[in-house]
Amino acid sequence: MDKTINQKAWFLVLPVFLVVAFSAILPLMTVVNYSMQDTFGNNQFFWNGVGWFKELLDPSTDLGGRFLASLGRNLLFSVIILAIEVPLGIVVALSMPRDGWSVAACLVILALPLLIPWNVVGTIWQIFGRPDIGLLGYTLNSLGINYNYVSNEFDAWATVIVMDVWHWTSLVALLCYAGLKSIPDAYYQAAQIDGASRWAVFTAIQLPKMNRVLLIAVLLRFMDSFMIYTEPFVVTGGGPGNSTTFVSIELVKIALGQFDLGKAAALSLVYNLIILIVCWVFYTVMTNAGAERPVKQGAE
Amino acid sequence: MHSIPGRRVILITFLIFLLLPIYWLVNMSFKTNAEIVSTMTLWPHQPTLENYRRIFTDESWYSGYINSLTYVLINTVISIAVALPAAYGFSRYRFLGDKHLFFWLLSNRMAPAAVYALPFFNLYSAINLFDTPWAVALAHCIFNVPLAVWILEGFVSGVPREIDETAFLDGYSFPRFFIKILVPLIASGIGVAAFFCFMFSWVELLLARTLTSVNAKPISAIMTRTVSAAGMDWGLLAAAGVLTIIPGALVIWFVRNYIARGFALGRV
Repeated sequence: MDKTINQKAWFLVLPVFLVVAFSAILPLMTVVNYSMQDTFGNNQFFWNGVGWFKELLDPSTDLGGRFLASLGRNLLFSVIILAIEVPLGIVVALSMPRDGWSVAACLVILALPLLIPWNVVGTIWQIFGRPDIGLLGYTLNSLGINYNYVSNEFDAWATVIVMDVWHWTSLVALLCYAGLKSIPDAYYQAAQIDGASRWAVFTAIQLPKMNRVLLIAVLLRFMDSFMIYTEPFVVTGGGPGNSTTFVSIELVKIALGQFDLGKAAALSLVYNLIILIVCWVFYTVMTNAGAERPVKQGAE
Repeated sequence: MHSIPGRRVILITFLIFLLLPIYWLVNMSFKTNAEIVSTMTLWPHQPTLENYRRIFTDESWYSGYINSLTYVLINTVISIAVALPAAYGFSRYRFLGDKHLFFWLLSNRMAPAAVYALPFFNLYSAINLFDTPWAVALAHCIFNVPLAVWILEGFVSGVPREIDETAFLDGYSFPRFFIKILVPLIASGIGVAAFFCFMFSWVELLLARTLTSVNAKPISAIMTRTVSAAGMDWGLLAAAGVLTIIPGALVIWFVRNYIARGFALGRV
């Protein structure tokens, strides 16, 4: 695009840089510092070099075992919710009414779960799923299904996943809806003249037009599910056993529960690194998708 | 051609799925604890406002709402104020390291709060901001400022360059152009960005809880109190939960027409 080169633009960006650097770089430096040390309390620290990192990546140690197990659970969780939320979000976006007052009503209801504080989301599902006082738990149990998210691993997972679908599918749906709205009517008319089937309209017009927003949706959903903490913590507390202990829950346990600062810091760095890499991959794909766009349209 | 067969059924089923758990919370908030524990009722048979009365008359409860709203508002103002010039810079100019800087900002939006909880605690204790709304507001900047830059950059890019050039030819200074011309043009974008800052600051708990102890405790942290006191006060918990949903619902209503575009971060 026709951006002019102007180094003075740094002055415009400087406030943002300072604010974010204050909250990002300074704390990260303390984390790096801690990650190389061990403490036995009393603010006495001992040099430990890369010891924590070695332990972290070795599944036979306590720390490594816990980290890798929670990482595996977290990845499984992210994959499952993406596999449900993305198709469901697309279907809901395609089902939206075209115009009239019902559009606004649907948008408001869709956005509602997104603005509920995360621990309240947890509380809502904690209550809703309880076999004694919750509608869901009570109904399932009176139907003869033995459902109890406190003691049964499978039920705990199902509850956490349904909760996440409830909480975040709207985000995917709203993004896709925005993408669909940007398709000019002429495209649909052309498809009608060509006698295209509904499926062809979806794969040839709607899906390509939703490409960019879908990328944003997958990126946001993957990242947010990868750092999920509050909602499962409120509902299951990471249990039963460790079955719903995701990486952030494990990290907070080590950092604020046991005050094992060295271990927690090393875990934080590895955790951050994974996120940085995934983020970079998405960012590259996203900017490339943007760059290819005009060329593609010209060729059509 | 927009839509798919059976769309009404799908949409209505989904909306009911969204509303049912919320309805259950509202339902419980109007019940007495005796009714909650003893029977299963689909609506309150002895409706009571007692739960709400307790929240509005007890300062330790309602101060939580004031604390939460205080840091959310401070955060929104800071985020938008610093993000506006940056969004303009990113949208109009190329400069050394612009892409790297943009990526670095984006990566901070994705950073897990759990990683920062402890270092933030140390940092804000060291500069005597611990347990003030400022600590939480500044801490939330780490994900809200990048998001605001991201959204506003999309909206600023939608304003044609010719407008800038004409204004400068007319003798507008940069600050005057910015306030008199650019800001009104992207007013809806600023609204959307403010909505998102409000939203993410309002829903976050981990940092808000870690950085406060008594004076600035947010409502979502106070809610956990109901667990410890003599069994579980379900009615009170439900009422407190309902009251945390209301500010969000009000804000959605104001931005409902821009919501879809906003969620696409101004990039459709």
